[in-house]
Amino acid sequence: MTTALLVMAAIMAVIVGWLFKQTVNTQPWLAQSSVEAVQRGASSQTSVAISLWVFLAVVTSMFSLFISAYYMRMSLADWKSLPEPGLLWFNTGVLVLTSAAMQWTLAAAKRGQSARLRNGLLVSGALTFAFLAGQLVVWQQLTELGYFLTSNPANAFFYLLTALHALHLLGGLVVWGRTSIKVWRGVEVKKVQLSVALCTAYWHYLLLVWLILFALLLST
Amino acid sequence: MAYIAHDETAHVPPAETGEMELYHPKTFIGKYIWSQDAKVIAIQYSVTAIGIGLVALVLSWLMRLQLGFPQQFSFIDPSNYLQFVTMHGMIMVVYLLTALFLGGFGNYLIPLMVGARDMVFPYLNMLSYWVYLFAVMLLVASFFVPGGPTGAGWTLYPPQAILDGTPGSNAGIILMLVSLAFFIIGFTMGGLNYVVTILQARTRGMTMMRLPLTVWGIFMATILALLAFPALFVSAIMMTLDLTLGTSFFMPAIVSKGQQLDYGGGSPILFQHLFWFFGHPEVYIVALPAFGIVSDLISVHARKNIFGYRMMVWAILAIGGLSFVVWAHHMYVSGMNPYFGFFFATTTLIIAIPTALKVYNWVLTLWRGNIHLTVPMLFAIGFIFTFINGGLTGLFLGNVTVSVPLSDTMFVVAHFHMVMAVAPVLVVCGAIYHWYPKITGRFLDDTLGKIHFWFTFVGSYSIYLPMHYLGFLGVPRRYFAIEGTDFIPASAQSLNVSITIAALIVGAAQLVFLYNLFRSYSKGKPAGGNPWNATTLEWQTEHTPPAHGNFGPELPLVYRWAYDYSVPGVEADFIPQNQPPSAKEKSLEEKEA
Repeated sequence: MTTALLVMAAIMAVIVGWLFKQTVNTQPWLAQSSVEAVQRGASSQTSVAISLWVFLAVVTSMFSLFISAYYMRMSLADWKSLPEPGLLWFNTGVLVLTSAAMQWTLAAAKRGQSARLRNGLLVSGALTFAFLAGQLVVWQQLTELGYFLTSNPANAFFYLLTALHALHLLGGLVVWGRTSIKVWRGVEVKKVQLSVALCTAYWHYLLLVWLILFALLLST
Repeated sequence: MAYIAHDETAHVPPAETGEMELYHPKTFIGKYIWSQDAKVIAIQYSVTAIGIGLVALVLSWLMRLQLGFPQQFSFIDPSNYLQFVTMHGMIMVVYLLTALFLGGFGNYLIPLMVGARDMVFPYLNMLSYWVYLFAVMLLVASFFVPGGPTGAGWTLYPPQAILDGTPGSNAGIILMLVSLAFFIIGFTMGGLNYVVTILQARTRGMTMMRLPLTVWGIFMATILALLAFPALFVSAIMMTLDLTLGTSFFMPAIVSKGQQLDYGGGSPILFQHLFWFFGHPEVYIVALPAFGIVSDLISVHARKNIFGYRMMVWAILAIGGLSFVVWAHHMYVSGMNPYFGFFFATTTLIIAIPTALKVYNWVLTLWRGNIHLTVPMLFAIGFIFTFINGGLTGLFLGNVTVSVPLSDTMFVVAHFHMVMAVAPVLVVCGAIYHWYPKITGRFLDDTLGKIHFWFTFVGSYSIYLPMHYLGFLGVPRRYFAIEGTDFIPASAQSLNVSITIAALIVGAAQLVFLYNLFRSYSKGKPAGGNPWNATTLEWQTEHTPPAHGNFGPELPLVYRWAYDYSVPGVEADFIPQNQPPSAKEKSLEEKEA
């Protein structure tokens, strides 16, 4: 459970730091005649952005627990590691490109370039689908080699973790789809900028998760 | 903090989420069924949670009937008994208490107390309730499938949870796991809302350090739940795969009914680690909102500011943080490394420090307060007693050497019922008596309330105090019948009889409460807007019950914390949070600056 504990410790450290800022130098019992001088302590980020960060903390907790479970299960006698199909490297490359394309799209949105925004969304969406298709092919290759879900816990973890990662990408694609529809309908670039920014953050996050999962797979 | 001489706030820019566009439904269905108003969603959550909680109450009666009068009832067989135990536990912990504190009280109180018109994502909030309801329906459905609901114990330990021979090992356990997964998804939707609303939608002047402790308790509990429920989610997914697809995450090589099963190599201990990584924080997910609410009840009804406000906030955080590093004290007998036991016993005992701080602060708030023994106050004081009792037996069970012989005895049952069943339920009741006048505009009946309190309080002690003793005698928990055990004297049975009778009476007292809830809705004494003379914003609304959008055309401005009771030199014994400082306070403020 070390991994999960480290993640919890990091999250708790953030909360402690934040609460320290709220409590230090405040005298809650004093009334103040001006509401203007009082900092509410709310973030300048939008609520949607904050809720994405909170959601990512939840997802991080989940993946860290899976990784903890992975290590604990791995230490038992029957564990037999999987081969790593070369295609996984290719898929990783595709996902890196996806993230880069998202970043490029965001830059276009910030500059208000609607044509580039459309192209960016199109490319990043297509690359995401390519990654998902690539993962399915990896599954197929492994099954053909006889690495079935139930034949070894290593296989079960591989299928489960890749499936969960893919499901999170699919969830992101829903938001991507809604944003794209808006863009194609000719909604002002400014109005979708936040959605694009949050999609970009989410894609970067899922790239990070994938890199950690892939490293886990390679190292074990 | 500099003093600014003028008090004109008209030009102050509104908070980022201060004013929000509200969804205005036009139909009855939009208003009360597919409602996006946090107050209506709160009622929906509460009614559903209390409804399913009543089912769990009846299950506990059935269980107690068997223990008090063994083999007297033909409709209770060993399988049923295990199913009653399991479903009672799971429903009470997850579907009643978690849902009621966070979905019920959280939804009603957060927007009102922070001075917001609604939650920041009303649509998501609505979705959260309907997903929760779906989870409850799946759970109820498991009573009607072949084999019935699971009887694996609320901890659902594999391998027995999914093996033939355990009641409900097919459809029952699948429905349980899927229902939990949906509960977690629904909760996450709601939880995001609670956290972001508290962080972002506070009205002007409402700093985090001016929030009532109720909001702090719900806030930290939500964060705990958001981080801890994934552990249950992960274990539910892995167990479902073991059960349906035949993986071996948790399942070791095993022979069942003379047949070698296809499983091999899995670790049931892995499940226990994951389950308790959720399970222990869950205790505090239930306790922290109770801590917060009880702080406010005591302060209001003792007409005194809460003692050590900042310390209370830090204690809530410390308890929340520590609750993630104590989980293995539930696993002392699982065969784990004894050094782990030493570590977890230490962390468990450390958690007593912030908890004790809170208890001292409640008692010090009462000290020389102007105590009004209203029904909410009775429940609050009852809570303090019960929580101390339950907490002290926690010290027994936290120590490995004491805990091992008491493992799986009635002592454990008595301990956790005191600390996380009776104590939070007393707070739930106190809170309902306290806020019912705001929700309906009418008081609950006082006499019935006092009857309800005394039967519940004394009754609970009649149930659980003797149960500790049964545990010392070695009476095991979860057993359908005890036979052939020489070390248990026959007189233990007479205790069991009295416990059962007390349990039936306490249950019946809750029916009095229900009757009171229904009757007072139309016949209760009118309460007015602020019957307890309380300072917090929910009591300062234009309408009672608060209208859609909570406040009038302007959101309230907050000038002070939530605990200005009996302020020296002020005539009124309370000053609402939205009341500007008096001339005297201003001069004080100038001096400070």
